[in-house]
Amino acid sequence: MVARHATDEERLSPESALALLQLVKDPEVPVLSVVELGVVRGVEVSGGVATVTITPTYSGCPAMEVIEAGITAALLAGGFRGVELKTVYAPVWTTDWMSEAAKEKLRAYGIAPPGKVTAEQLVPLGRTVRSATCPFCGSPNTVLESEFGATACKSLHICHSCRQPFEHFKTF
Amino acid sequence: MAPPLFDYVLRLGDDRLVLGHRLSEWCGHGPILEEDIATANIALDLIGQATFFLRLAGQIEGKGRDEDALAYWRDENQFSNVQMAELPRGDFGFTILRQFLFDAWSFHHLDALGRSTHAELAGLAAKAHKEVRYHLRHSSEWVLRLGDGTEESHRRMQAALDELWPWTGELPYQDEVDAALRAEGIAPDLEPLRAPWESMTKDVLGRATLTLPAGPMRMTGGRKGRHTEHLGHMLAEMQIVARSHPGASW
Repeated sequence: MVARHATDEERLSPESALALLQLVKDPEVPVLSVVELGVVRGVEVSGGVATVTITPTYSGCPAMEVIEAGITAALLAGGFRGVELKTVYAPVWTTDWMSEAAKEKLRAYGIAPPGKVTAEQLVPLGRTVRSATCPFCGSPNTVLESEFGATACKSLHICHSCRQPFEHFKTF
Repeated sequence: MAPPLFDYVLRLGDDRLVLGHRLSEWCGHGPILEEDIATANIALDLIGQATFFLRLAGQIEGKGRDEDALAYWRDENQFSNVQMAELPRGDFGFTILRQFLFDAWSFHHLDALGRSTHAELAGLAAKAHKEVRYHLRHSSEWVLRLGDGTEESHRRMQAALDELWPWTGELPYQDEVDAALRAEGIAPDLEPLRAPWESMTKDVLGRATLTLPAGPMRMTGGRKGRHTEHLGHMLAEMQIVARSHPGASW
């Protein structure tokens, strides 16, 4: 019996590239991969060279450079001969691209996941009360402390039930 | 001569770079920790948006200048931001009121620019517009809280408004650069944006119990490279590291 070796075409496919990218985590939220986060918009492979289309989360997110370096390093380590990154800005990144499974990972990590983007959340003016469910005790009795947390994508909240401060991945 | 599109995109970038830098001066000096973080976050967004616009401007120009070359290697008379953006940060009330006036303008301007026939510009505008909604919510809440707050906070906000209002006359400025691009559907007409901007700002300022000053709008000139004495000082600080160590990286 002759062992069958995977051909280059199988080994260096868009599917295998995506599998490698599932291992590249957001440096600020290390439970989510760059694919789950919605930063990776697509992969094409030609002659062993991967072209990865990415989109930034927030314009000012300082993690983007680290993410780009991580994508390149992971694909080169996985045997790709070259990596080209193509940045696109449209369609605009949204937390609606995050799957339910990814949101559950966030919650288990202690970050309240984003809800669905609704017209109401886009209201720009005024004193508004926005609540998030506590990721630790599940209580809805929480208060927004600040719309701007340790990173652009998160806001700060306090839970009145378990007295725990927590972060919420903003619905965006 | 540079194409009008280069000047147009450069103006978008310069507004955000200069205002973002002014806002970043609060990092480590915020009145409370949450605001220190908030102003730094918003500054990052603005500088990020500036990076995208300046990068695009460099590509349009086609002379090999990237966003860093445009940010660090131009002198003040080559900057085309509105003068309001370059004014010193003042107290927190002044900073937050300027931010509100600019955010409210940006909100309407970027919304219209999002429908540009220039696909990349439209994409950048739509992205920035989404972020500005957050910024506007933050700045408008503070204007309400401080304007309709204590005697002292009200006094400071009114003083900030008296100082800032005349500078807002430059926001809807348009000239031959815009005219050339309007014809192609690349740039929106700013004239129809005046009314919704005014009604939004007057609504919030009114609820904040602040009174609009009656005085005239100031001379404009920022778009043509004419600036207050403050921009040069700001650029000296912003550019010194890049100019002291050309080509350095880390």
